[in-house]
Amino acid sequence: MTETLILMKSELVITLIIFILLFIKIGAGMANKNLLLLIQWLLLGNLLASFLYNEEGWLFAGMYHTGNLIAVQKSILSGAVYLIALLFTSWFKTTKHLAEFFILLLSALLGMFFLLSAGNLLMFFLGLELATIPVAALANFDIDKKRSSEAAMKMILSSVFSSGILLFGISLVYGTTGTLQLNELYQMMDGSDLQKLSFIFLIAAFGFKLSIVPFHLWTADVYEGAPTATTSFLSVVSKGAFAFVLLAVLYKVFAPMQQVWYSMIVALSAITMLTGNLFAVRQQNIKRFLAFSSIAQVGFILVGISNGSAAGISAVVFFILVYVFSNLAAFAVADAIAVQTGREKIEDYKNLYQTNPFLSWAMALALFSLAGIPPAAGFFGKLFLISAGAAEGSYLFIAFAALNMVIALYYYLRVVRCIFMDKQEMPVEKIAVPATTTFGLWICIAGIVLAGVLSWMFDFIVSISIL
Amino acid sequence: MQPGLYHILFISTALFFIGVYGFLSRRNLITMLMGIELVLNSVNINFIAFNKYLWPGRMDGLFFTLFVIAIAAAEAAVAIAIIINLYRSHQSIDVEEAEALKY
Repeated sequence: MTETLILMKSELVITLIIFILLFIKIGAGMANKNLLLLIQWLLLGNLLASFLYNEEGWLFAGMYHTGNLIAVQKSILSGAVYLIALLFTSWFKTTKHLAEFFILLLSALLGMFFLLSAGNLLMFFLGLELATIPVAALANFDIDKKRSSEAAMKMILSSVFSSGILLFGISLVYGTTGTLQLNELYQMMDGSDLQKLSFIFLIAAFGFKLSIVPFHLWTADVYEGAPTATTSFLSVVSKGAFAFVLLAVLYKVFAPMQQVWYSMIVALSAITMLTGNLFAVRQQNIKRFLAFSSIAQVGFILVGISNGSAAGISAVVFFILVYVFSNLAAFAVADAIAVQTGREKIEDYKNLYQTNPFLSWAMALALFSLAGIPPAAGFFGKLFLISAGAAEGSYLFIAFAALNMVIALYYYLRVVRCIFMDKQEMPVEKIAVPATTTFGLWICIAGIVLAGVLSWMFDFIVSISIL
Repeated sequence: MQPGLYHILFISTALFFIGVYGFLSRRNLITMLMGIELVLNSVNINFIAFNKYLWPGRMDGLFFTLFVIAIAAAEAAVAIAIIINLYRSHQSIDVEEAEALKY
């Protein structure tokens, strides 16, 4: 019994927080300000608890398993959710249904935890659904805005459709192997045609969730229309979780078919990077811009995934850690400006440095990290991803990825130039940044600067990345 | 003649692609949702058929079906709530009407 409790503690802590919020909601209720403070402390507790008592083990007849790597992945996701609770304070204070927002957010996080720990395709499917359905409701949270409901409609239709495709793939896997247990599947994979077909279905479903290119069409619309807190959750936490799961599925379950999936991942990665970059160049809205930039980043993550060994795992986990800090900082600055002034075009950022030096520096550092400019941690993240990809020996592909980094540099620096060098008549006025947001931004800045410099972080991730 | 595994797989695959076609070609949101339900039901047929003909000893397929039905209901509930909200803001449940976000 105690063993069950300890192995499942990250899920249990999240469930506890959900119940606390639920009781507050149906009970007397609280003022938004106090409730937000409580939520921030609870999520900090959740983050700290995720570092304690991490053990390796299996539960429920192989349905659930956990280990050091999974615990670190869960800690990264918990940390990202804590940062979201800090960074979007000004939007949270205006929303009427704060408790529901976090109940849905944490339900999605719970689903991701089950997804990461799944030892059986049934558990995997349930976790996946729990991780996606609440996010569609979150996208609709600006309930009286037309764009929010349109974004939610696009989100739910694409996620339900993709889970239908995923299920069809799972049913074919079951038909060819007769089992749903992930560690038994590994031995039954013989690369027959039907298994290849089921693999294509699975990759298509992951393509929808991760917004890999032929399946990315919902991404920009949902990112633009949904509230920024939801957008950042989608682009950081959800993307991170699905990248971790894709790693586990490819490296553990489909390892015998590596010849088949290597070429598919390379093709998808190349087309994803190119499309994400080319579309990001012409965006005017900052959230759409970040959406396409995150599509391009997924292309880079796929470069690391193509590796197929422990080096790929450590590169992807480290990159997601860095990506959490950089992307959340960028979204937080965009949200702070959009909530108070309603302006979210890139040209509105002209001369931002004159009025808001702190926000400008935070944005610039985040964009440097996303572009991969050396002192920022994003450079090291991309370096490890690319060297992991190069280990497979396809240098043409690596050169293509490097060329894409050059295109990415152009559009990230365009925003930086807007902020620091371009002039305009009416720059954004001085923005009152709440103290918690400032604190969160400082954490992000520290993460961006230190994660690359402190080499023990990467060494630690390497030491736990075992196939 | 007894129907065999191939007959049933033919039906379920046909149902899957009818569902995909419906999802992609219809412009009414409720009808698109119906297309997705067809996809989910084809998956159910697949699981039951595989369980009965190929792996009669292992009941995983049958249990999976029960979970798929429950999850499909949850998905439909959230989707319909979102569609109702879309109807309130756009006075229509045609996807072509919801076009504020593009490019």
